[in-house]
Amino acid sequence: MTTAREEVLGRIRTALGEHRPEVVVPRDYRTTDDRPAEQLLDVLVDRLEDYKASVLRCGPEQIGATVAAALDTGLGAGWDPGSVVVAPGVPTGWRPDGAREDDGRPAVELAAFAATLTGIAVAIGETGTLVLDGGPLSGRRAISLLPDCLVCVVEAGQVVGGVPEALPRLDPNAPLTMVSGPSATSDIELQRVEGVHGPRTLVVVLVA
Amino acid sequence: MTTTPQDLHTDQTSLAPGAPRSGTTFLGLPTAPRGVGHLRGDRSFPEAARDALRDGQLRANLGHATSTIRAKRAKVVGEVPDWEQLRQAGKALKTATMARLDELLVQLEEQVTARGGTVHWARDADEANAIVTRLVQATGADEVVKVKSMATQEIGLNEALEDAGITAHETDLAELIVQLGDDAPSHILVPAIHKNRAEIREIFLRTMPQFQGPDADRELPDEPRRLAMAARTHLRERFLRARVAISGANFAVAETGTLAVVESEGNGRMCLTLPQTLITVMGIEKLVPTWRDLEVFLQLLPRSSTGERMNPYTSMWTGVTPGDGPQEFHLVLLDNGRTAVLADEVGREALHCIRCSACLNVCPVYERTGGHSYGSVYPGPIGAVLSPQLTGVEDNASLPYASSLCGACYDACPVAIDIPSILVHLRAEHVEAQERTTPEAATFRALATAMSHPWLWRLTQRAAGLGRFLARGKPTMPPVLPPPASSWTRSRDLPTPPRETFTQAWAREHGGRS
Repeated sequence: MTTAREEVLGRIRTALGEHRPEVVVPRDYRTTDDRPAEQLLDVLVDRLEDYKASVLRCGPEQIGATVAAALDTGLGAGWDPGSVVVAPGVPTGWRPDGAREDDGRPAVELAAFAATLTGIAVAIGETGTLVLDGGPLSGRRAISLLPDCLVCVVEAGQVVGGVPEALPRLDPNAPLTMVSGPSATSDIELQRVEGVHGPRTLVVVLVA
Repeated sequence: MTTTPQDLHTDQTSLAPGAPRSGTTFLGLPTAPRGVGHLRGDRSFPEAARDALRDGQLRANLGHATSTIRAKRAKVVGEVPDWEQLRQAGKALKTATMARLDELLVQLEEQVTARGGTVHWARDADEANAIVTRLVQATGADEVVKVKSMATQEIGLNEALEDAGITAHETDLAELIVQLGDDAPSHILVPAIHKNRAEIREIFLRTMPQFQGPDADRELPDEPRRLAMAARTHLRERFLRARVAISGANFAVAETGTLAVVESEGNGRMCLTLPQTLITVMGIEKLVPTWRDLEVFLQLLPRSSTGERMNPYTSMWTGVTPGDGPQEFHLVLLDNGRTAVLADEVGREALHCIRCSACLNVCPVYERTGGHSYGSVYPGPIGAVLSPQLTGVEDNASLPYASSLCGACYDACPVAIDIPSILVHLRAEHVEAQERTTPEAATFRALATAMSHPWLWRLTQRAAGLGRFLARGKPTMPPVLPPPASSWTRSRDLPTPPRETFTQAWAREHGGRS
């Protein structure tokens, strides 16, 4: 008996026949963005704010204090550091005192945290996109999903212009999540509403 | 509308005992089987459309929604200077994929398997439903959470699971609205586009457990934000307890075995991340050859579909990642008539579709009739070329005519599918397949005879001039001509014949010299 696999592959060969077209893919679209780095950061901020994310900019010395300010923005002043979960690779200097490092507990238990702090792998200026890659800095996918407030630290060197510059920096075999603003829906009358199942608040700390 | 939602859900193509369940193309390739899934309506497009056009609320909802999305799309597409180059690259990439589809699928299978996933092949809807049902049963679960997926709608997976005692929870907001309202999807991207906020509020209050019981707080304003929050509450617990998720896929990369789901709400991430088992059902045409190729499609798709520079969330995964996400991953590769489409050198371009729905939003026919009139889960211009090819044109014979051939769909398509040309091609195929003489064929045959004999042509013109009496001085003929003329005049203006034909005028002005 023929298996479904053999049969489907056989059908494709029958459908295509002997003469298959040789196709040349034109790649004359933009693959680089020559704008100065400072301008790309401005574009990134503009796009993120357009998605209703908040952006706080700071220098490399003020990351810890700015993360605390970001949590003020997301959770309101007086937040409990114990309700903040941190990706395991986040440097100590970024972490609020008393924040909990992800200990690998069952994913659904992460829903008990109010906020998450992670780094990222790459940011895309033109589309306002942060890419998390499941590495120590980004954390596993569930930590940037279940708590209602997500704080991401983006370093200037991680920011590229467009999508074609971002993909070569990523490992296709890693579990990747591209985040462009807080979760949103346009399903009711095509009116965009921020905040459905993913984090309803996204605060970005941009370090330059 | 006079049809009930159940009617729209049910494929009512009746099957005589012993009749073949699916047709075949000239190369012997089977089309999607009858009696399962949602590719065929129970009425022809004109019949269904006539009812839809009488529904003023539906037309208002559609007009509002499609004009909103058209403006958003135009704005974000307009700011991309190399849009046309991206479009041509997307088209070429899909053409290249189809030309090597067999090799690429084998490559995808190798990569997914090497990364700890399991690949299944399904010849048609029945086989895919059986595979998924068996996989869910093997986990012992009696419910699943679902990411919005056209492929699983196409094959009627939810009904198949229900028959096996498994409850499928749709988690996309619009799919949830459709499921709770016992309705049918009417748009590829926004399946509940035909409902407005007041109607959605009513469905939620009627069906969601949080609003039932004597102590329930039934305070629910019809603001989209509040309605979205009600959905969040409704689904949160289901996400957290789910052991099995079922998704579709927007793209699969043959080179790396990577799958991608593009979404907005985070419901996709919940399904792709939290459960132990993930089952993805994907049409075999969703492939792209290399990782790099996503740089084209991740630019084309969001701007064309929701009119955003990028959608809020795109998830990409390859097989299984220890310690992160589902530890069991199954990929079901679905044919269900796609190879029959591939066999048609003109029609195969319909397989390039990336399901953005831009063609629906710009289509003057879709905007007025809505998606249910098309009878298939694939409505609008792309549905009018895809559904008849998946089922065989005889099972969706009215769809290739559900278009004015204005070409707006071709202009909007991010992978430049020449939908009008495929429509014309399918019309020709349908006409040639007719065994009995249709009134249209008889008319054109008579016209051909008349036009090849000058005396007969003049006589015909003079006879047509009698139509002026029926028109009573109006510029067009009355729409209520008797059949078979009515099938033309019902939906088109037939100009009143002129007082004098061109040849008569020429003879008068030039003294009979021709």
